[in-house]
Amino acid sequence: MSESMPIVTSQDVVLARQTVRKLAQETGFGIVDQTKLVTAISELARNAISYGGGGELQWERVSDNGKKGLRLTVADRGPGIADLELAMKDGWTSGSGLGMGLPGAKRLVNDFHITTEVGEGTTVVVTKWK
Amino acid sequence: MERIPILRMGTFLLVTIQIEMDDRIALRLQEDLTSLIEKTGARGVLLDLSALEIVDSFIGRMIGTISAMSRILNAKTVVVGLQPAVAITLVELGIALAGVKTALNVERGMAILQAEDEEDSDLKE
Repeated sequence: MSESMPIVTSQDVVLARQTVRKLAQETGFGIVDQTKLVTAISELARNAISYGGGGELQWERVSDNGKKGLRLTVADRGPGIADLELAMKDGWTSGSGLGMGLPGAKRLVNDFHITTEVGEGTTVVVTKWK
Repeated sequence: MERIPILRMGTFLLVTIQIEMDDRIALRLQEDLTSLIEKTGARGVLLDLSALEIVDSFIGRMIGTISAMSRILNAKTVVVGLQPAVAITLVELGIALAGVKTALNVERGMAILQAEDEEDSDLKE
């Protein structure tokens, strides 16, 4: 089962954080993993607004050999990322941020998958396993 | 829009963040705080983050900016009360809050501000 919510305003980033916190609690994650996942989503949701002109958060409960996890997708239909390798570097930013958003979010989850196409948008799928 | 209250305690300002902060509230706090430091001549700022459930790179940057701006205005900032899970996540995110003074709780943070303020006034005598 997968559900979604729009991410357009900075208030939506707060809502996305609350939604993911609740999902992570329901999945049975401890407080540290909950915090990591919520922080990762906060970074990705803000990116979707700042660089992608807004987007959507989707969530899905997943399992693998009895292992439970949470898979979250943040997608936008913005300009895409021209140099993905550069965007994944610590400290590099095209905007006014710290440049920790993408590489930082990657370190906070177990699986991190990003697809981007110039003129089409960017989709980031992250999974955290219990 | 919601606003984070800033309390005045003698020569110090106390900020306790009790609400879910969106980016605009965070930016407004920066502005409110700097103008209040200027207006009151405050010597220190105590930033109590014990109620924050997450600190992401944006809020992390705000903490660093507040600390740097208040230093320029001759006030010291001490950040207190970060939850352990938040501290772990911050470091993994790649934000170590370098140059930001921290203390475990409000009491210890206040003690740091008072000690430094006394040191400063001793130097003047």
